[in-house]
Amino acid sequence: MKKIINDPSAVVDEMVKGLVFAYDGLVEQLPDTNVVHRKADKNGKVGLVSGGGSGHEPSHAGFVGKGMLSAAVCGEVFTSPTPDQILEAIKASDEGQGVFLVIKNYSGDVMNFEMAKDLADMEDIKVEYVVVDDDIAVEDSTYTAGRRGIAGTVLVHKILGAAAEEGASLEELKALGDKVVSSLKSIGLALSPATNPEVGKPGFEIGADEIEFGVGIHGEPGYRREKLQPSASLAEELVTQLKKEFNWQSGDSFALLINGMGATPLMEQFVFTNDVHHLLQKEELDLAFKKVGDYMTSIDMEGISLTLLKIADSKWLDYLNAPVTTIAW
Amino acid sequence: MIKVETAKKWLDLFIEQLLENKVYLSELDTAIGDGDHGNNMARGATALKEKLAEKEYDNLTDLLKDTGMVMVSKVGGASGPLYGSAFIEMAKAAKNDEQVALADLLQAGLDGIQKRGKAAQGEKTMVDEWIPVIEDVQNNQLTTEKVDEYVEKTKPIKATKGRASYLGERSIGHIDPGAASSGLLFKTMLKAGVADE
Repeated sequence: MKKIINDPSAVVDEMVKGLVFAYDGLVEQLPDTNVVHRKADKNGKVGLVSGGGSGHEPSHAGFVGKGMLSAAVCGEVFTSPTPDQILEAIKASDEGQGVFLVIKNYSGDVMNFEMAKDLADMEDIKVEYVVVDDDIAVEDSTYTAGRRGIAGTVLVHKILGAAAEEGASLEELKALGDKVVSSLKSIGLALSPATNPEVGKPGFEIGADEIEFGVGIHGEPGYRREKLQPSASLAEELVTQLKKEFNWQSGDSFALLINGMGATPLMEQFVFTNDVHHLLQKEELDLAFKKVGDYMTSIDMEGISLTLLKIADSKWLDYLNAPVTTIAW
Repeated sequence: MIKVETAKKWLDLFIEQLLENKVYLSELDTAIGDGDHGNNMARGATALKEKLAEKEYDNLTDLLKDTGMVMVSKVGGASGPLYGSAFIEMAKAAKNDEQVALADLLQAGLDGIQKRGKAAQGEKTMVDEWIPVIEDVQNNQLTTEKVDEYVEKTKPIKATKGRASYLGERSIGHIDPGAASSGLLFKTMLKAGVADE
């Protein structure tokens, strides 16, 4: 393992401190926690909190700021944060109108966030939540019942963050969140595994000339291994899988997110983007919003994921395009 | 009525047993999970020992609530929220009824576990330990042997919930680690004399 770290078990603590120092105009760390909270005026809107295991940077702390998340809870690497920390994030984010949680669908995350909701209930803070399960690759996985939550989660942050900023109520955010999640699908592939610094060795083995379709953001198994092939073929496989899910019609409107897994250069991400563009052009889809880059990574995994969000309401595009002040959007 | 001193004794014994069985519980978990159950529970036990030494408890609710909070914040994984929910729901039950009977208290704990983990009986989880134990407490016939027997009975079950469900058929023949740690909870409950009050 070759990494710029000190004690592997201190990685998350030290990362949070570095991040908060670098962006001290935007965010602060809540005392005795690894919660990153935005420095913004409180004006009686619903708070938006997300989080999960670390190792997916810039998710989620990179999306804390005005117009997006109120706070992000950073768990240990690939490990859900505990309810007491989530509760602190909820308390700091409550401006009197309650707090909305965005949870990725992993059993540990769901349990710990639900537990935090119960603890907040005991303190009379209203909490609602949505569970994001956008990864169409496999049903049931190492850490998940149902489908996993991956890069599409960032679009959920953006849309709900803009809606909250506009003054949406907790109930309105719940309805919007459910609708967005049901219109959101992603799928990824990996060229090489991530190495969790606390484990010290790669999360899985794969041949130098192999790729795996459908790998999860913690290195969970995907659905098929093949020999490495040109970007255009990889793009075709992922687009074909998404097409089966959406059953789209020519003219349908979509938001597109192409996401690097941590160690795939932007050069390759844009080559892949070019291929996806050609394929979706042939399908005559209206790509009303586009974004490319590292948003939901898996430490140092080489790979990429493709997310499409079917735009069911033109208001969603306004939310996606609304200005924000965050580290990473 | 459960006296706070007796409940405190119960927790002290439970902590002791968790520390003593750290390796055993992790071995059980290595067979069908991710191998950290013993370490996680031992970490919680150590933190709980410190917490309980900090103050004198004069009511059951505070004792159970603090125990629950230490479990959720220190144990981690799935066991943290599951045991945490159990103790916090038991704290709520004790708050609502100071004279709460042991069976009702444990039932509140089980409700908390099932609400959190969404597991039913027969899915090879700690629920398979809690359900028959509560029945026996109700009928005043719980013994240490029965506690062990219910733990052993999780062996032939095929896991359909939790991490072990990923193994399917291969989970058969192994004791569920969560049921085993719950077994320690109930054996120490008997030893402390909570059931006699």
